[in-house]
Amino acid sequence: MYKSILLIIPFLFFGFTTKTNSDMVFENVDELDIPIYDFDSLEPLLYTKTNKTHIINFWAMWCAPCVKELPVFQEYEKNNPDVELILVSLDFPEDIEKKLKPFLEKKRISSKVVLLSDPDANSWINKIDPNWSGAIPFTIIFNNKERSYHERSFEDVKDLEKVINTTINSK
Amino acid sequence: MKKSNITLVVILILCSFLVTNNVYAQDRKGPPPNGERKGPPRGGHGPEQTKTLEEIGGYKIGETASNFSLKNVDGTMFSLSDIDNAKGYIVVFTCNECPFAKMYEDRLIQIHNQYAPEGYAVVAINPNINEGNTKENFKAMQSRSKEKEFPFVYLADEQHNVFPKYGAVRTPHVFLLDKERKVQYIGTIDDNARFANDVKVKYLENAIEALQKGEKPKVNFTKAIGCPVKAI
Repeated sequence: MYKSILLIIPFLFFGFTTKTNSDMVFENVDELDIPIYDFDSLEPLLYTKTNKTHIINFWAMWCAPCVKELPVFQEYEKNNPDVELILVSLDFPEDIEKKLKPFLEKKRISSKVVLLSDPDANSWINKIDPNWSGAIPFTIIFNNKERSYHERSFEDVKDLEKVINTTINSK
Repeated sequence: MKKSNITLVVILILCSFLVTNNVYAQDRKGPPPNGERKGPPRGGHGPEQTKTLEEIGGYKIGETASNFSLKNVDGTMFSLSDIDNAKGYIVVFTCNECPFAKMYEDRLIQIHNQYAPEGYAVVAINPNINEGNTKENFKAMQSRSKEKEFPFVYLADEQHNVFPKYGAVRTPHVFLLDKERKVQYIGTIDDNARFANDVKVKYLENAIEALQKGEKPKVNFTKAIGCPVKAI
């Protein structure tokens, strides 16, 4: 009997471990769904192995200059369907349904939005960019070879295009 | 047989308890401080930066902060030198509307009440004061101060010339000065803006206590997410 219990135990743990892991993978079945990440699960999205242009923008509803520049990204994405754009919201998880989703709908933002919820920002800001003060908006433009960081908002699509061109295409 | 059944049940209960806790912890944890970087290698050569922290300017640790004269919510002009017997100054750039600033209001009150009698008063400055904005104008500052019963001064950086000297880029942004007005700590108040009860490291209070012991703060620079200071 004891032997069989001993045999069962590892399997029990195995089962629970797998379950725990699947909790960590944030599913994005519904396109409108806004997945919640902590820094460790967000970090892989900040890098790519392809030469496709990626734009990651950190923003929040409470940040006025961020809200103002959202249409710039949206427009650039429309003109350049090849670009990979992710809007990383720093809003609060409990506001997703009642505030964030209606906000995006109202502003007609259809780009991919994820939410970063990881309280101790001091531990991850430097891992994204040691020069970032933590103020938003903050944007990373990159592909597999080039990379630039921008702690400011983009005035218009021309401004953004110019920066993307100097980052990705001029080298 | 009975005994082993009980053992099995106990193990099962223990397992599920441990796992539940574990899931809960994972849901809330931040990455380990100074943890190794996971994920794909950084691509590119020499990343570009539009505006570096250095270009933003402001004080560095050890530099002497300048005094200022700013209008307090009570209508009088206030300077750091107005505080008698100060052993240091907790200069905090904050504002009315930023959710992060609001989340820290109660903690600032508490810190002031605890440390002001020991010579470290909170000096709150609104860098976002803007008479064109009904939520960030002087009147709104007065009502916020009254509503929350701020025990500390709440000053208006009307000319927007104090926050660039300090290098405040977000709200709240703390600059802890010692008796000689030398900057000894720059950064955030603690490591959890949203949940005061889940705070693990009180960066600001640790820095004050280090100064009280005549030591330099072990952690003298931290970063946080906060609302941008709107330079006008």
